[in-house]
Amino acid sequence: MNTPLSWIKAYVPDLECEPKEYMEKVTITGTKVESYEKFDENLEKIVVGKILKIERHPDADKLVVCQVQINEDGESTQIVTGASNVFEGAMVPVVLDGGRVATDHSGKKVPGGTKIKKGKLRGVESNGMMCSIFELGSNTDMYPDAAPDGIYILSDNPEYKNAKIGSDVPELLGLRDVCFEYEITSNRVDCFAVTGIAREVAATFRKPFVPPVVKETGNSEDVNDYIQVEVEANDLCKRYVSRVVKNIKLAPSPEWMQRRLAACGIRPINNIVDITNYVMEEYGQPMHAFDHDKIAGHKIIVRRANDGEKFMTLDGQERTLDKDVLMICDAEKPIGIAGIMGGENSKITDDVKTMVFEAACFDGTNIRLSGKRLGMRTDAQAKFEKGLDPENAMEAINRACDLIEELGAGEVVGGAVDVYCEKKVPNVVKYDVDKINKLLGTDIDEDEMISYFEMVDLSVNKETKEVTVPTWRQDIYRLADLAEEVARFYGYDKIPSTLPSGEAVTGGMTEKLKIEAVARTAAQYLGFSEASTYSFESPKVFDKLRIPEEDELRKAIVISNPLGEDYSIMRTSSLNGMLTSLSTNYNRRNKKVKLYEMANIYIPKALPLTERPNEYMQLTMGMYGGVDFYDMKGAVEVVLRQCGLAEKISYKADGGYPFLHPGRQAAIVYNNEVIGYLGEVHPEVMANYLIKEKTYLANIDMRFVVEFTKDDVKYKHLPKFPAVTRDISLVMNKDVLAGQVEDVIVKKAGKLLEKVELFDVYEGERIGADKKSLAYSIRFRAADRTLLDEDVNAVMDKIITALKDLGAVLRS
Amino acid sequence: MKDKLNKIVSEALSQIDGSEHLEKLNEIKVAYLGKKGELTQVLKSMKDVAAEDRPKVGQMVNEARTSIEERIEKKKKDFEKKVLEEKIKKETIDVTLPGKAPVIGHKHPNQIALEDVEDIFVGMGYQVVEGPEVEYDYYNFEALNIPANHPAKDEQDTFYITSDIVLRTQTSSVQVHEMEKGKLPIRMIAPGRVFRSDEVDATHSPSFNQIEGLVIDKNVTFADLKGTLAEFAKKMFGEDTKVRFRPHHFPFTEPSAEMDVSCFKCGGKGCRFCKGEGWIEILGCGMVHPRVLEMRDIDPDKYQGFAFGMGLERIALLKYEIDDMRLLYENDIRFLEQF
Repeated sequence: MNTPLSWIKAYVPDLECEPKEYMEKVTITGTKVESYEKFDENLEKIVVGKILKIERHPDADKLVVCQVQINEDGESTQIVTGASNVFEGAMVPVVLDGGRVATDHSGKKVPGGTKIKKGKLRGVESNGMMCSIFELGSNTDMYPDAAPDGIYILSDNPEYKNAKIGSDVPELLGLRDVCFEYEITSNRVDCFAVTGIAREVAATFRKPFVPPVVKETGNSEDVNDYIQVEVEANDLCKRYVSRVVKNIKLAPSPEWMQRRLAACGIRPINNIVDITNYVMEEYGQPMHAFDHDKIAGHKIIVRRANDGEKFMTLDGQERTLDKDVLMICDAEKPIGIAGIMGGENSKITDDVKTMVFEAACFDGTNIRLSGKRLGMRTDAQAKFEKGLDPENAMEAINRACDLIEELGAGEVVGGAVDVYCEKKVPNVVKYDVDKINKLLGTDIDEDEMISYFEMVDLSVNKETKEVTVPTWRQDIYRLADLAEEVARFYGYDKIPSTLPSGEAVTGGMTEKLKIEAVARTAAQYLGFSEASTYSFESPKVFDKLRIPEEDELRKAIVISNPLGEDYSIMRTSSLNGMLTSLSTNYNRRNKKVKLYEMANIYIPKALPLTERPNEYMQLTMGMYGGVDFYDMKGAVEVVLRQCGLAEKISYKADGGYPFLHPGRQAAIVYNNEVIGYLGEVHPEVMANYLIKEKTYLANIDMRFVVEFTKDDVKYKHLPKFPAVTRDISLVMNKDVLAGQVEDVIVKKAGKLLEKVELFDVYEGERIGADKKSLAYSIRFRAADRTLLDEDVNAVMDKIITALKDLGAVLRS
Repeated sequence: MKDKLNKIVSEALSQIDGSEHLEKLNEIKVAYLGKKGELTQVLKSMKDVAAEDRPKVGQMVNEARTSIEERIEKKKKDFEKKVLEEKIKKETIDVTLPGKAPVIGHKHPNQIALEDVEDIFVGMGYQVVEGPEVEYDYYNFEALNIPANHPAKDEQDTFYITSDIVLRTQTSSVQVHEMEKGKLPIRMIAPGRVFRSDEVDATHSPSFNQIEGLVIDKNVTFADLKGTLAEFAKKMFGEDTKVRFRPHHFPFTEPSAEMDVSCFKCGGKGCRFCKGEGWIEILGCGMVHPRVLEMRDIDPDKYQGFAFGMGLERIALLKYEIDDMRLLYENDIRFLEQF
């Protein structure tokens, strides 16, 4: 909502303040000013001048030398110009020496504007500049009478013809004004109108609010003789008011009206259109005008459209309607889409004689939904959507007719047709001074509260402790709403700052969040940086990740109104996000990258979704650049240990993860549960993500980590007796896994075993092409005695015998 | 006899003092104190001494031995010290060569901002909780006093899964879950992802993070809301931070407000960063709407509360002066390493 200060001042005549102060004060009472623009910013020393004489420039064909009168005493000065539309006797804006205009030499508005100094143009002295509307910081949309490519000839406009020579041009053109842009919240429908804002401003500055005075209008005729109105769809139309204007004389509206509209960003057209727009701004009530002669049967019917019905709107576009679109029809056909746009068949043209004004109150939700379905968005629609006050319709239409008479735009027919289906009754709300104070934490007395209510025209009955809320305030229903009114005008800034009393409580994290924090920290200290990727992705990622058809991972939740296919399903795995991020890094030539992400995946319980899906937190780690499988495995171990998983973690080779290299992947198993996986990314997947370096992934389902974490460490006595360590080197087929060997050692070593550690892996010709050698250091210790060789030998024999079953023999 | 001993001692001491290395010192030790050493010889000749003189001579010999041994020990320590000094000298390294630091990863700027916020509120006694990201329409809207067909539902550009399941548009839905637990008082913050169908650009993202706050107790007031958030702002943005509360509208709070903080770049004088306003909008807040309480069977005459919500990205972007939101989701390591 953009409104010039001059328009506000029309209803708050005592208001005097600087723009900055205005912005701060109005914002703090709830009408937020986003920004403001001074129209006369950078306009200095610009006066009305009169061209007395024009001569050719001696040395330039395209320049002329003008003698310009610049004050009433007859003083004149010489100005050289290249403009071709100047003539002797023309009155023009003149920037004097040392003055300033809004644009630079190319005609673009620049901060600080451009200073104009006297100088010589091709050897001829020039003491200033004549300006175009653009140099005055505006444009021809706002000033249609200004030349689009020359000097603004003020004297061509009858309203400026008699301006005093030497008078201030910005003042003359209404540019000594400030336009404020407001952010109006959706609950304050009344403030989408200049009068509504003015009421708030008056209350803010404690000045009287003087709304427009609307005269009785209309001749002795009866409007009912001109038009009949029937509202069939009375659920969608709360009120329909109609008045008729005949003998229309289309003409430009007066400058004051044009200026106010222009300041709001509305282009002046003609008196009728401008009055409609003016009242829409002033009262927040959109109106429509139909050509009376084009209304069949001189009858208006408000009804729903038929499904599939076609209709040409006044912008020349054909629209396909449905039964939930509300239409304005005549006796034969539709003539407008209610609240959105009129029809081509009934629009006002230059030869209009009689017109029918409509001011209605349509159902906001219906208008909003219809507009969405039709793909239309008009100013009127934006107003209706918010849900208008039906009481306002009559006031607005009377105001419009008042202006029609004032401007001599036509003859208003007496009376109004008013079909008021659902009379709006003002809300009555009880106030309770103590409760309001208790809610706000204040100590404001009753009279002060009442004064705040009355400032915004809420009427108070002190006897019954009741506030009657005017119909334009659709945001006040109960005590809390009244408390807000008190708070706004008492001042949010004056309400004290305290801390809640109440019983002391301890804050903290849930167990889940604590463990996730531990995992994050571990990953970070392992060199992984934290990534963040979107929860939604493209269904194409399944193919990129080699996920088979019918795989569970493909059963993803589909967003019904996504931002395109790339964001259309909720991810069932975090891999795509990670691989995409790694790919971004790889293709930007970042050499060594380690990333992790802690985020949810979304697993539906059934599709289509009937209840909320499961959201499982995943720790996903990914890396490339001088790393291998075992770096990732080590990282996984550290993270899990840090998270309090103290038992044995085992790794199942080939977990069947299609996106990982089949020979370089493992399921991570803990407490007989697969809690995640890790591995090298499958070469095909790497190619799909345009990564050409070995890349490793690990994924840990945090829900298992949270379930299995233990915080029950108990101190064990430090050993009193020495350990015995035996190193063995074993040769076996390559396909025997170290994990199998270790399992045998652990099982056979029994309770004397303290630690088994792999210290060497060898493959080479010396032991045969299909063989490998693993060397273990096995440490034994007894808690109650010094172990003897015999004790250890016996265990070692058992181990070595058992290992033979795996085909692992001592390396000779 | 005495003269002889004195001579041996004086000769030995001078040899010790003159010795140049440890080996020489050992030779001297053997020469005087060894089995065939001069002093040992003197001791062996004791049998020729008169019996009554023997104790005296014995004592003299012992004294001579002690003085030689002590001198040798001292000299030996001198040598060791010298050797050590030389060794130390040789071991000098270039301490300006780079250290062998393990590579440590970096937190995401969002996470740093989140942890800052969490620390402040946990310190004030708030529990950090979570709620579902895929949410029933009811929790996201209706239970927050946003009925069906309310324009606010459109304003927030909701992603729908089905007609009654949405991607939550605000963490305010967690308020409802917390109230539903039926345990009062409540003092919680709830961080998490939210979703709105905004096209990706420098200032918009269809997925971003919010932090919700909710306090419900018997005597919680708007003044408490102001005090709490002013305290938060000081801890978050610096002790000199001033706050400004402006009336605003949210369907689930009444009265409602937006909180601005004094610009942390210019201190409130007005600069390009705050667009000349001196204030930066940080969060929305208000007293929990009585209707929201009633829907959860909490009597608004007995209990009052306040709620607030802020965008995490906004805080991170402001704090680190990041000018393009897309950087937060690209995960370029050169970006992440800056935090």
